[in-house]
Amino acid sequence: MTYALEISGLKKTYKGGFEALKGLNLTVNAGDFYALLGPNGAGKSTTIGIISSLVNKSAGSVKVFGYDLDSQKTQVKQQIGLVPQEFNFNQFETVLQIVVNQAGYYGVPRELAKQRAEKYLSQLGLWEKRNSPARSLSGGMKRRLMIARALLHEPKLLILDEPTAGVDIELRRSMWEFLKRINSEGVSIILTTHYLEEAEMLCRNIGIIDKGEIIENTSMKSLLGKLNMETFILDLAPVENTVTLSTVNMRQLDDHTIEVDVPKAEGLNNVFSELSQQGVKVLSMRNKANRLEELFVHLVEQGRQDKEAV
Amino acid sequence: MQHLIHFNALKTIWIKECTRFLRIWVQTLVPPAITMTLYFIIFGSLIGQRIGEMGGVSYMEFIVPGLIMMSVITSAYSNVASSFFSAKFQRNIEEMLVAPVSNLTIILGYVGGGVARALLVALIVTVVSSFFVPLNIQSFGMIIATVLLTATLFALGGLLNALFAKTFDDISIIPTFVLTPLTYLGGVFYSITLLPDWAQVVSQANPIIYMVNGFRAGFIGVSDIQPAIAIGVLVAFNAVFLTVAWSLLKRGAGIRS
Repeated sequence: MTYALEISGLKKTYKGGFEALKGLNLTVNAGDFYALLGPNGAGKSTTIGIISSLVNKSAGSVKVFGYDLDSQKTQVKQQIGLVPQEFNFNQFETVLQIVVNQAGYYGVPRELAKQRAEKYLSQLGLWEKRNSPARSLSGGMKRRLMIARALLHEPKLLILDEPTAGVDIELRRSMWEFLKRINSEGVSIILTTHYLEEAEMLCRNIGIIDKGEIIENTSMKSLLGKLNMETFILDLAPVENTVTLSTVNMRQLDDHTIEVDVPKAEGLNNVFSELSQQGVKVLSMRNKANRLEELFVHLVEQGRQDKEAV
Repeated sequence: MQHLIHFNALKTIWIKECTRFLRIWVQTLVPPAITMTLYFIIFGSLIGQRIGEMGGVSYMEFIVPGLIMMSVITSAYSNVASSFFSAKFQRNIEEMLVAPVSNLTIILGYVGGGVARALLVALIVTVVSSFFVPLNIQSFGMIIATVLLTATLFALGGLLNALFAKTFDDISIIPTFVLTPLTYLGGVFYSITLLPDWAQVVSQANPIIYMVNGFRAGFIGVSDIQPAIAIGVLVAFNAVFLTVAWSLLKRGAGIRS
């Protein structure tokens, strides 16, 4: 198995003594779409900083597609495209200058860089803005500019640190589609995000990091499988009487919406039959989106309790 | 292959730096032309006529090389100091740090940008000076060697300043408290032979003396310092500054946590 990323025993202690990473171990398969989740200050950005050579590690090893960060730094850097959390381009340079210069730092000849710039800026809807200074772009455009910039040297591993923070829903979805497409074309992706729905929509595998350690590293499918209870929102034809369900917990939100908590093993048949008996018509149904959020909070809390017990 | 990658990276940094100072030409190219015109009018034409000769030539002819050198020093230093510090401040230095750009390439790219601006300013000031005094060249080689070594040295100085700087104030402290006094006491406006003996000895510790005199030797063949010594001192200072800048970048001082 080729790994896009292999981290073992990674430690980072900042000046002043703050221990951000305490021996982190992590592997990400080649071609994977991997989510790295964790509360603020958990060590996600430090980990990404070390992988991308922005932060010096205190101990441990990092390999990217088999290349060692200590002995083969140039090769490691060539494999990685980084989309940082904060805007870090020169606000006075134009969109085209920013992406072409970035390619130049990777040794890409200027003519080739310009061709690739047209390709990626067009795909991300920024080609029309190529001669505009970066400071004149909207927040969403700036985020997309950072993605285009990270792709100009055609890396095999794209690392995105909260790429959709502050981006509206429509734009976020178009960015998801773009990321899915480049992942299907063979680019391995590691993503950190606070939008758990985003991780669920995009990622095949997931790692949860807290206080400098990985507390869960598994597939999204098996993580979601740990949920023994699911919450559904049912849209009903308006009802005059209060709806009651004896088999499951429910909450009536208004005269045409109820929320039901259903144990996974039981299914929804009983719910539907009880509603039918009361003459209630179900118009549509959807899964409540924050189920992963609940699991995430649970796992982080459990991890902390386990540590305290030890 | 690796050499080609480094060359492309170097070319990119250099083009970026030149684009930056050309984009803001009103701030980078016009002020030295105006300041030096004022110096030529006031010190050269008005006061200079009363001073008479210095070093065997007219006072105007005497101060022109020093004034060109003064613009070179200021331009090379401030270009790299402000550009590199802005890159640190806006964090776009990270664009280079994540890429396989060697530390030497970063240094050469930024210094190359500072030298390009300094040479362009030198050319502008020289053209301005030619309206006041006929251009007289004794040694073209000496002029080129001194101006290149001086521009490189102060571009490296600007880089070191930017590496240590934590705020924008920090990049104005060295020019105000070190560079300006050294430049004014560096023999731009007078021959050090006019100074008392002790002051002549002290002046020899000022690196700007060697630059101004080496440059002046190239133009009018008059110098307080042997040209070979001037070049030797400049080469030595450049070697020290380059080594310090390289080792600081290697350690990540001021740019990596």
